[in-house]
Formats: sequence, structure tokens, C-alpha cells
Amino acid sequence: MTAAPPEQKLSNEELLASVIADLIGDVRHVAVGNASPIPATAALLARERGGGKPYVSLLQSRKHNFFTDGGRELFDCAGQGRIDVFFLSGGEIDGEGNINLVSIGEYEHPKVRFPGSFGAAYLYYVVPKVILFRTEHSRRTLVPKVSFVSAPGTSPENVFRNGGPIALVTNRCVFSFDQTHRRFRLESVHPGHAVSEVAEHTGFAYVQPAAVPETPSPSAETLRLMRQVVAPELAEVYPQFAARIFGVRVPA
Amino acid sequence: MPQIVPTLDEALASIADGCVLAVPRENSGVAMAATRALIRRGVKRLELIALPTSSLQADLLIGAGCVALIETSAVSLGEFGPAPRFTAAVIAGSIKMKDATCPALHAAFQAAEKGVPFFPLRGLIGSDVLAHRPDWRMIDNPFGNNDPIVLLPAIKPDVALFHSPMADRAGNVWIGRQRELATMAHASAKTIVTVEKIVDGDLLADATLSAGTLPGFYVDSIAVAPRGAWPLPLPDHYAWDEKHLAEYARLAASEEGFAKYLEQYVYDRRAA
Repeated sequence: MTAAPPEQKLSNEELLASVIADLIGDVRHVAVGNASPIPATAALLARERGGGKPYVSLLQSRKHNFFTDGGRELFDCAGQGRIDVFFLSGGEIDGEGNINLVSIGEYEHPKVRFPGSFGAAYLYYVVPKVILFRTEHSRRTLVPKVSFVSAPGTSPENVFRNGGPIALVTNRCVFSFDQTHRRFRLESVHPGHAVSEVAEHTGFAYVQPAAVPETPSPSAETLRLMRQVVAPELAEVYPQFAARIFGVRVPA
Repeated sequence: MPQIVPTLDEALASIADGCVLAVPRENSGVAMAATRALIRRGVKRLELIALPTSSLQADLLIGAGCVALIETSAVSLGEFGPAPRFTAAVIAGSIKMKDATCPALHAAFQAAEKGVPFFPLRGLIGSDVLAHRPDWRMIDNPFGNNDPIVLLPAIKPDVALFHSPMADRAGNVWIGRQRELATMAHASAKTIVTVEKIVDGDLLADATLSAGTLPGFYVDSIAVAPRGAWPLPLPDHYAWDEKHLAEYARLAASEEGFAKYLEQYVYDRRAA
């Protein structure tokens, strides 16, 4: 097995994984759903930097998955507050943090159909830090109002809820989410992208501070961990991603 | 006493037209050889319930016109993209859709295995998933104060169908840590299992094996189907056939391509 040389140029995927690892913070258990190679990279990176903390559950992995009570255990775990961070996306995401994983147009006669809500209509309520992640930052995906609410960004006070969105990470920028005012705030713009470009490609209103910093690039040590320690681990679950981004080849 | 039968068609005989059929998620052991046999037999109007999602199995059955209704949290080919026949059928309105969320399906099956009429679940409130499920109810938590919570009616399928690594001659089935398969079997009136092989000895005799064994008590019929989950994976035994799934995704993008796929991989028994 070989890994990328340290002098290789920083990729967008590495930048996003580093940003997400910082958002994860100091927690006990991070779970990652299906088809999420960048969040999985971030979770494994957070674990390396934390010397084995947090626990990381990659749902698609045989190795990084301790569940022995069937598919329900993840949700039972989350229901009790035993999962601190999860990742969700959406065919559409709106400015109030509502996400749509179902369809566009009338529900009975949709124009566009997505796969479905998966666990979102539950996990969005019970996982304290949900990080929204969408690599297509456009007016098609970041919309004024979603066509179907797979899960709402916020809930009325009497509805049991100890979780929800904390941030939205895209290929252009990082937004934080303010649950009290039900809106996103532009936190940083990735290197090579501009504040005006974010405005041009975002379909919802958000708070824009007077000065928006550039998203910090990962340190040399973070990059080394990602490329040399995390990437080979990742290859078990995401062989194509690990090969494309990190040049990791698993011998057949 | 479970019947160990020589052919898939005999094992599947109790799956009649209109059957409420429970099937597991992609990486739990999907009975794909059996699914192809059902399509060859021309089963109609299935009410398919995925625990809690499905991929190629639902897409094939829908594309082949075997499904009237599907209840699921998602249908997707994962890394290989959207499920094309599912997507086309929902847009055309040719199947009835009951959108759920994963833990709701787990909970509704658990209600059935406990023999209780419903199970409560957090989340859901304020979502359009709930808004489009008139069969789900919201009540005020009788032990709380102004605490709305959703109740899900028990799901009691006619038949559960899945694929596992092995069974013994008494019909005990080793499912390993795929515990949702036990829940599915407990909840369903009948359970049909295909297995890689039948083994000598008693799976319940050894504590290491029995912890991962579904007792034959819950099983009705078993047939041997080597590589019976192909092209989907069987945990710890074989992985996805990536090349085949990529080919499926490409062919199933059009009705003509899908028909070609059926001809080549489903109707031609030499390939199945």
C-alpha cells in the first residue's frame, strides 16, 4: 500500500475534510452514513488527532462499525444521546435548515425523485451536532424553500429536540447555523472562492458579516495524518475515493 | 418445522400475487437469486417493505412490473447512483409510495415482533414524511406534559425473504450480527431463507454460533442458492460485484436497456 507524497498539492477534498474535522470538536462518538467519503475522512482524522477519541462508526464499514444489534442500534444509540455528531445532505437545503431528500414538485406526481429520507427524519432531531454537507453549491441545491421537508431545521419549543444543524459545508464556503434565529451565517470562504460568488450561487438569504475570513488550510501535521494514516484506513470502505484523492492502492 | 426444499420456486411458493413482502437492506443479505426467480415466475402486485432501505432488489422488481406499493426509507444504488427504475416508476405514478425513515421501519417491525399494536418514535414532527403518512398518528405523551410524539402501527408482513450464509438440517439459520433479519422473521407470518449452504450439526448447540442463529421455529422454507446475494454483497463472504452493478446502472437508465438486462441476467437461467 502506498500513500501520497507530502509535497502533493492540497486538494479540495482534503480542505473540506479538515474543515469538518475542526467542526466535529471534542466529542465521544461520531457516526457517518452511507456514501460520505469526505465526512468519513474527517471523522477518522478527528480520531487520529484525538488519540483514539471519538469513537467513529462508519455505517458502511465492517471494521469501523461496532454495532452488533442490527440496523436499529445506530438509531437506538442516537435516541439516547450516544451519538454526538452525524452528517446529512439534501437534494435541496433551504435557509431555515430544512432538508429535502425525497422529491421536487407535487409529492404524488414529482418532477424529480431522490432516493428517500434515510434516517434524516429522526437523526436531525436527536443528534446534537448535525453537519450539513453538500459539494454542489448552487441555486439548484441551496434554495429559498425546499419542495419537501424530509426533516425540518428547527422545531417548536414543545417538540422534543436535542439536535439539529450546526453548520453547512459546501465546495465554496462554510456557513454556521443559528438555531434561535433559524438562519445561516457565512463563516468563511474557501481559498480561490469569493464572497460575491457565494451570494451569486446561494438561493437563500443568510447573514453576511462585514469581514469574511478565508477558510484555513490544514496544517502540515493534519495533512500528514490524513494522507499517511487516515487514507489507508479509508480504502476499506471507499477504495475509489482513497485511490483518486490520496493515491492509496490496496493490493488485490 | 422448516422445509428444506430442492428448488427456489418451491421455497418461494407462498409468495403469492399481492403478498406483503419484507426484504432487508443491501448489506444484510438480500435474496437476489430468489428475486430473479420471482420475476421469472411473474409475481404481481407485491407490497414491498424494505427494512429499512433497498437497492437493486427493489429496482429490479419495480422495473419488471412486480410491485404495486413500496414502503421504504430510500431506494438507491449507492455508489452506483440513483435507482433508475424506482425513480422512473415514482415519477410516472405507476407504484404507490410510502416514504418512511429508517428507525420508523425498525420500530414498526419491533412492534410486530412484540405483538403490540404500535411503537412510539421521536423525530418526524413537522416533516413532510409524517404529513404524507395518514396511517401514522401523533399523540400527546400520556406520561408527559405537552409532549407530542408519533405512533407507528406495527408492520406485519406476510412473508420475510432474505439470504444468509448457512442453515443446519433442522432449519436453524445463521445470520451473524445482521440482527434485523431476526426482527424481520419474528414480525412476519412466514419466513423464506436462501442460504449459501446446509451444514451438518446443530447451530444452536454451540454458544458462539447460537448467538447469531435464527431458530428454525421462525422459518418456513429454505433453499440453497450459492452466491445467492450476487451481485449484492453477503457480509464476511463476498463483496459487491462492482462491474456488474455499474453495468446495471447503465442499462437500467432506459426501459430498453432494462429489458435487455432482464433478458440477459434474469430470464436466461444459465446466467442466473
